[in-house]
Amino acid sequence: MQQRINKTASPSLSLGDFESTIGENLLDNSKISTRDVNVSYGDKQAIYDASLDIGHNQVIALIGPSGCGKSTFLRCLNRMNDTIAICKVSGKLMLDGEDIYDKKMDPVLLRARVGMVFQKPNPFPKSIYDNVAYGPRIHGLARSNAEVDEIVITSLEKAGLFEEVKDRLNAPGTSLSGGQQQRLCIARTIAVSPEIILMDEPASALDPIATAIIEELIDELRQNYTIVIVTHSMQQAARVSQRTAYFHMGRIVEVGDTSRIFTNPRHEMTENYITGKFG
Amino acid sequence: MNQDTPLGGHISKRFDNELEDIRHQVLAMGGLVETQVSNGLRGLFESDSEIAQRVVQDDDKVDRMEVNIDDQCLKILARRQPAASDLRLVVAIIKTINDLERIGDQAEKLGRNQLELIDDDAGSSHCMKLEHLGELVSKMLNKALDSFARMDVDEALKTIGLDEKINDEYDGMMRQLITHMMEDPRTIRNALRVSWCARALERIGDHSKNICEHVVFLVQGKDVRHIGLKEQVEMASK
Repeated sequence: MQQRINKTASPSLSLGDFESTIGENLLDNSKISTRDVNVSYGDKQAIYDASLDIGHNQVIALIGPSGCGKSTFLRCLNRMNDTIAICKVSGKLMLDGEDIYDKKMDPVLLRARVGMVFQKPNPFPKSIYDNVAYGPRIHGLARSNAEVDEIVITSLEKAGLFEEVKDRLNAPGTSLSGGQQQRLCIARTIAVSPEIILMDEPASALDPIATAIIEELIDELRQNYTIVIVTHSMQQAARVSQRTAYFHMGRIVEVGDTSRIFTNPRHEMTENYITGKFG
Repeated sequence: MNQDTPLGGHISKRFDNELEDIRHQVLAMGGLVETQVSNGLRGLFESDSEIAQRVVQDDDKVDRMEVNIDDQCLKILARRQPAASDLRLVVAIIKTINDLERIGDQAEKLGRNQLELIDDDAGSSHCMKLEHLGELVSKMLNKALDSFARMDVDEALKTIGLDEKINDEYDGMMRQLITHMMEDPRTIRNALRVSWCARALERIGDHSKNICEHVVFLVQGKDVRHIGLKEQVEMASK
């Protein structure tokens, strides 16, 4: 027995370089397409040559250690980085063939098409109804109050919240529980009929039950929307996404089907991260 | 835990230790099962009722090891939610110990049949026909366990190839036994017992093959079950 144990071989894998992404980062028919995206904050480069396609009606999870650039990449997709003066973005980012960073692209309209849900639920200090109605009103998506009512109800239903709040639509959004507030934010995002929903750790501030509800919701939303989710929870990425991209030090190391990434990753860095061999 | 071993290097050293611990226990279980098979064969060849009795009794130890390792794997799955190579290791271990337990059962069958042959005062002459098959099976089990210990895909694939030889040997032996039974019906009773022993050895070959397939899955993440050897080699080398 001892002899057998001592004969164990060392792993033959080597780290190698990770200059170029391995796996299936490009798709034939994508909703969002990025090529050679570089992002820097002043002198500090945060993303290097990121090329990634995101398919229609799929959930893609962006995973990686803190500071690896996944949130920065996410924020490029609806130009949230425009709000940071020192942030510079170069490369191609296309949404349905349109250049996201084209001068003619209106960032406000872009953000209606590419909605975002943040880590901490951030309802407006308004009623539940007004939180959801706000977007359709400012974007002129409803011609009458009846239409606004319909959008609010439909959005709350899609976010799985309507049954819980239908009797108190005039109560403040902030009076809801954390999980309900996050679903209210999702309803608010859905209300302006986006094509894509970006989620930046949407369940990290929630308890396991609220998290399970959000994850179930993500799976339902996938029927109608393309979803990009940043998460630190490996299990969450494995549960909710169809594709996974692993980021490390500003580069996309590996992209592939989630089931493959979590059972048989090709790059040793991906393997090490998802097995907890470095943080 | 050495950082250089395939299982080491987790941020959680306890997790490293847990994985290494179950792996060691599988190897210990493999060692015990190997001894059981070897003693089962010795009992047959030497007509030794004491050894045969011990093989039957010691099967409990194999069963208890399976339950114990299974329990630890379950705890690792629940507590650690392993992924990638860690997940494959735990799954491969769960499957491997199932095969080892079944090999233990087959070794027990060798012991039980030998005790009945001794009761009938049949002597060891019938059983000597099993010698070559027994050698092949012992070799295959040994190599399968070695490939698991070393996580060696090449060795595992080579070992899978031995199963065909074992099947051929088994078929030849069955033909021989049938001829004996037809020629002299008085030998049927003991010849049947020998054929059950041959069958047990052939099954040990199948389980050893399964263990080798688990090694390919563990190391490469490729499922090479239920395909021919040629395809297995091609798939593993891609």
